[in-house]
Amino acid sequence: MHSWGFQVDALDVARWQFGVTTVYHFLFVPLTIGLSVLVAILQTMWHRTGNERYLKLTKFYGKLFLINFAMGVVTGIVQEFQFGMNWSDYSRFVGDIFGAPLAIEALVAFFLESTFIGLWIFGWDRLPKRLHLAAIWAAAIGTNLSAYFILAANSFMQNPVGYRINPDTGRAELTDFVAVLTNKVALITFPHTLSGAFLVAGSLIVAVGLWHVIRNRGSADTDAYRFATKFGSWVVLVSSALVLFTGDIQGKIMTEVQPMKMAAAEGLYTTESPASFSVLTVGSLDGSREVFALKIPYLLSFLGTGDPNGTVQGINDLQAQYATQYGAGSYTPIIPVTYWSFRFMIGLGLAAAAIALIVLWTQRKGRTPSSRWLLRAGLVMPALPLLANSFGWIFTEMGRQPWIVFGEMLTRNGVSRSVSLTEVLTSFTAFTLIYATLAVIEFKLLVRYAKAGVPDLAPAPEPADTDDADRPLAFAY
Amino acid sequence: MELTTVWFLLVAVLFTGYFILEGFDFGVGMLLPVLGRDDRERRVLINTIGPVWDGNEVWLITAGGAMFAAFPEWYATLFSGFYLPLLLILLALIARGVAFEYRHKRPEATWKRRWDQAIFWGSAVPAVLWGVAFANILRGVPLSADHEYAGGLLDLLNPYALLGGVTTLGLFLTHGAVFIALKTSGDIRQRAGALAVKLGVATAVVAVAFLAWTLTIRSSAAAVVLAVGAALALLGGLAAARVRREGWAFAGTAVAIALAVATLFAALFPNVLPSTLDAAGTLTASNAASTPYTLKIMTWVAVVFTPIVLAYQGWTYWVFRKRIGVQNIPQH
Repeated sequence: MHSWGFQVDALDVARWQFGVTTVYHFLFVPLTIGLSVLVAILQTMWHRTGNERYLKLTKFYGKLFLINFAMGVVTGIVQEFQFGMNWSDYSRFVGDIFGAPLAIEALVAFFLESTFIGLWIFGWDRLPKRLHLAAIWAAAIGTNLSAYFILAANSFMQNPVGYRINPDTGRAELTDFVAVLTNKVALITFPHTLSGAFLVAGSLIVAVGLWHVIRNRGSADTDAYRFATKFGSWVVLVSSALVLFTGDIQGKIMTEVQPMKMAAAEGLYTTESPASFSVLTVGSLDGSREVFALKIPYLLSFLGTGDPNGTVQGINDLQAQYATQYGAGSYTPIIPVTYWSFRFMIGLGLAAAAIALIVLWTQRKGRTPSSRWLLRAGLVMPALPLLANSFGWIFTEMGRQPWIVFGEMLTRNGVSRSVSLTEVLTSFTAFTLIYATLAVIEFKLLVRYAKAGVPDLAPAPEPADTDDADRPLAFAY
Repeated sequence: MELTTVWFLLVAVLFTGYFILEGFDFGVGMLLPVLGRDDRERRVLINTIGPVWDGNEVWLITAGGAMFAAFPEWYATLFSGFYLPLLLILLALIARGVAFEYRHKRPEATWKRRWDQAIFWGSAVPAVLWGVAFANILRGVPLSADHEYAGGLLDLLNPYALLGGVTTLGLFLTHGAVFIALKTSGDIRQRAGALAVKLGVATAVVAVAFLAWTLTIRSSAAAVVLAVGAALALLGGLAAARVRREGWAFAGTAVAIALAVATLFAALFPNVLPSTLDAAGTLTASNAASTPYTLKIMTWVAVVFTPIVLAYQGWTYWVFRKRIGVQNIPQH
């Protein structure tokens, strides 16, 4: 395939497909993780207080949650199949270790999530109130648990532990499953990912609530929207603090286990002690040397090591070291990608927190915000941490390159040998088209249901009135 | 029993569970345009599986995960080798899953019609392709000595595999019709019951031919017994459907699907993916397996959690046991 002026092979397309489908899948995951818990909290508040505004908010945000949930479920199946379809040599190499968390994720977490979400959606009139509340909590726990297992699997790729390489087969074999589950990368990535997810979910709650507070002044439900806006803002503030806290620890662990990734995050070409933090660096086109840089002295040393004078290794030194250790070749990720994705991740997350602070300030002591600018800021707010999540994953996965399993297997060696360029191009094109179509549909539905506002509550249905076989269902597809 | 055998059985059980449960989901989806004459009736049909389809689909994710964890070579060769059929299955499952959730979100007839098409094709495509895939697993595919798939798409579309596809299509249609008769009330119930018998008779002919052909390719005493059992269960289910004993009819088609899948696995054992080229390429339950340590851990996890999952999933079916009819469908 020389027609594009450069060579495209199945490997390139498989990589693009993994990137596109994974980032796309993770547009829905943070909302599922965060909203499942936040909706469960709202329903619990209704259960405890009997105040109907919490019930209205539960149903309202519950609808938005479910519109998003469906997309997360169906795009998730692709992820499991994709390892075998496009990355079969990777699957052979790590299957002994990597398959276990995936299977456990399905058995322990996905069953819990999907069974109880069905009970919750359809169970409003079939289950006693308390059991119905338990259903949303069970689904939320399942969702959050699933994140742990998949992150443990991913952490093995970042920092392989609890294994040995079988000299006869050349495959990785599990020696210590507890070590895999308690990988320090997994232990810190889990809270970091979860708080990032709550940042998105909180932002969505704020955006929708604020829109109604400003645009639907005097509505009978203003009280509920005001509450939602404040509730969401606090979720954003607390989770952004947790994102920073866990991200800081994660940075130190990464400096230790994947120093190249952190050097690439900073565009730090030569080893420095103390190292300064680059706020903005412009490198030469081939990325091998910097042209202009704005720096804060000592900060990188402090972030990476906890000591303002600590030594932070540079890209060029690490490259030389890896070439000696693993053989000739490039062990440097694409620096502009890691550098900018790292900054976008942090910047966009902080921007959401800043908007949340302003939202809270404008509602202090019973005030009602009315600014058009605030309305606009509120509307873009959910996109900010959502993109921050995407950039975080782009950073962490691209920063690991050229490795698929750090130090053990190169990405190019993991691809399926029996899959042709035509096949993987077909697959990549099909997923891109169906995903793009569904993205438009999903977004329009979310907007439609967000604008519709909280529901009018029908007269509370009598629970489990089994005599009346003709009674309409409380919910039906 | 060796752990590799235990996991061969577990993978078989997971796929069996998947085909029983999503089998009727697929059947309901395919019968949507046939039994649902207007929007209200179509909603009745969709709502018979509404609360459970997602949980049913997790059986597939678990089966895939179990295959990956216990038999990485099997998972890797199969998924990369059966590339385009699996791609189509994935696209179908995506469209179908979203359709259930989005169909009722807007009132326009066009909107609903499009999602109905997504549900129909999203059910029909996997119903056929799963049969094609499993028939090929049994028949064997061209594998090189290092277990790489060496065939093309056309190798998968052989007459035996296509008959396998027609068999699962027929089984899932019948199973779905029986399920609808069991879960609905009124007119739909009657029509579904009558349709189940017609579909079942045609399916029985195809299924018996397919199972007989299977046993000529690969066989064992257990496989023969299971195949006969599958045929008897299907006939028993049909007899029950004829006299409108819907519970027994459903048990019959469910057992028939279970025994048909079991026949394939029993005939296959100890192979998991035979090679039609180099015998060295054949994947077996031992040369495709993970290490004993991984299998041991996974066995413990399965022993502890499978009963829990079965308990709460079974309870869900109990919670939603009531029949539904057009009178139960709310306006919105």
